[in-house]
Amino acid sequence: MTATPALRLQGVVKRFGALTAVDHLDLEVPEGVCLGLLGPNGAGKSTTMKMLTGQAIADEGTIEVLGFPVPAKSKQARGLMGVVPQADNLDEELTCAENLLIWATLQPIPRNLRQQAVADGLALAALTDRAHSKVGTLSGGMKRRLLIARGLVHNPRVVLLDEPTVGLDPQVRADIWVIIDRLRNEGVTVLMSTHYIEEAERLADDIAIMSHGRIIARGTPQHLLDTHVGTHALEFYGPPDRLTEVEAIAEGLPTRRTGPSVSILRAESIPEAMHDRLGAGTKRVANLEDVFVLLTGEVLE
Amino acid sequence: MIDVHAYAGILTREAIMFRRLWVSTTFASIVEPTIYLLAFGLGLGALISNINGYSYIEFVGTGSVATAVLFSSVFTGMFTTYVRRVYQKTYDGLLSTPVDVSEIMTAEGLWIAAKAGVYGCAPLLVAMCFGLPPSWGMLAVPFIGFLTGLGFGFFGQWLSGIVPSIDAFNYVTSALITPLFLVAGTFFPLTQLPQWARTLAQLNPLYHCVQLVRHAAFGWEGWADVGNVAALVIFVIIARYLSIRRLRKRLIG
Repeated sequence: MTATPALRLQGVVKRFGALTAVDHLDLEVPEGVCLGLLGPNGAGKSTTMKMLTGQAIADEGTIEVLGFPVPAKSKQARGLMGVVPQADNLDEELTCAENLLIWATLQPIPRNLRQQAVADGLALAALTDRAHSKVGTLSGGMKRRLLIARGLVHNPRVVLLDEPTVGLDPQVRADIWVIIDRLRNEGVTVLMSTHYIEEAERLADDIAIMSHGRIIARGTPQHLLDTHVGTHALEFYGPPDRLTEVEAIAEGLPTRRTGPSVSILRAESIPEAMHDRLGAGTKRVANLEDVFVLLTGEVLE
Repeated sequence: MIDVHAYAGILTREAIMFRRLWVSTTFASIVEPTIYLLAFGLGLGALISNINGYSYIEFVGTGSVATAVLFSSVFTGMFTTYVRRVYQKTYDGLLSTPVDVSEIMTAEGLWIAAKAGVYGCAPLLVAMCFGLPPSWGMLAVPFIGFLTGLGFGFFGQWLSGIVPSIDAFNYVTSALITPLFLVAGTFFPLTQLPQWARTLAQLNPLYHCVQLVRHAAFGWEGWADVGNVAALVIFVIIARYLSIRRLRKRLIG
């Protein structure tokens, strides 16, 4: 018997007028897995997240969260789910503790455990000493940590993180990654949308690449590399004519062109004779960006 | 089935917010109607001996209750709901917890109504200082304010969901809210108006609020007041339906 996945979307379609934001999406996330939903802006990641909480209604297909059909039983599902939105919607006039207390009251936490939940949330966000500071006085990084702590205040079984580190500096990003790592270690199911390759590579057990509302590849980072781009790439820099020449010589092999360079993927499989015609290139380790650009033709940050 | 937990959560949020912002909220809701009361009551009152058997301060004092209730409910419903939806994205956050649109709007409407019930008493107390005789029936005024405020709170929420931008509230205020509070018997009796305007005023919920407050202060009028309460209850039901329907459309994609 197959265990019920934490998240299941089957044939999900979401249209906004003429635009199809999510296009026959099939996605399953087993319990305890951190799935990185990787894609550029407009790929349909945020719409997918909203459909999982019942804040957007699918035009076609079925959605289940921990076995609860959404939107029919989305309230039950949301009681087991923590959501961290992309945009900061904390109450700026209130203190950190008050923001967490409101969420602890909205979530199914017994009254006698709410203060403890608030204290735990403040500790998680490393804001215990700022418990009574107004949110409006916090830095961007502190607000982001508080936003995450708010979404986790009821110890959810599933956490949706929508672009958790977008616009943050590297130090704050590292702090957020520690929190997400902790969730993974505790066996919480995480669906994290991101358009940062490094973030997906660093945090996700599994990565789904999304483009134009569809999942176009899915697997562990290593599986995606092995399947699509191999272990190494051979990179050539030069004027446009030179790059066009390299592409012509490498015809039949996967290549990606970015700005002033062209990379031949699966460099390990380039025939010896072709090496002579290509000339000197720079050999580098293949990465997920190669996979993404190869599959979608789009460039991520 | 009523989800008490969801209502308690939203009302707790309102209470915490109010604890922080009560001074500015209360100032705006009480001072403006009181200024109207003093300006009309003392200014015009010196020129007018009585209206329908009441002194002008008695007439305006009771009418200003409705003005205070209207201002504190409809504007809160309009502006607060709009700002929370469009700028602060508060509802996007709340809707990721186990609450739904109808619970949010209803709980926020109840909170607005509770405030309106309290704020509505301020002009009455000021009027008492200037000669309005207290009566036992006035104890019903907070409840009348609550019922009226509930309707206008929902009505304001609905308006927040239909305007294309926050600037459009200027049109709403000038073309809708101002006539509502002027043609309700607050500052002058409707008997001065042509018949068609008097008939139209029957559709104005604020008129029924004014009637109830006056009757509470000076003597109930039996079935007429039952009719006034019924009119307000119908207003609450319709406004709540419109509010939830519109905001659900706005918030759920």
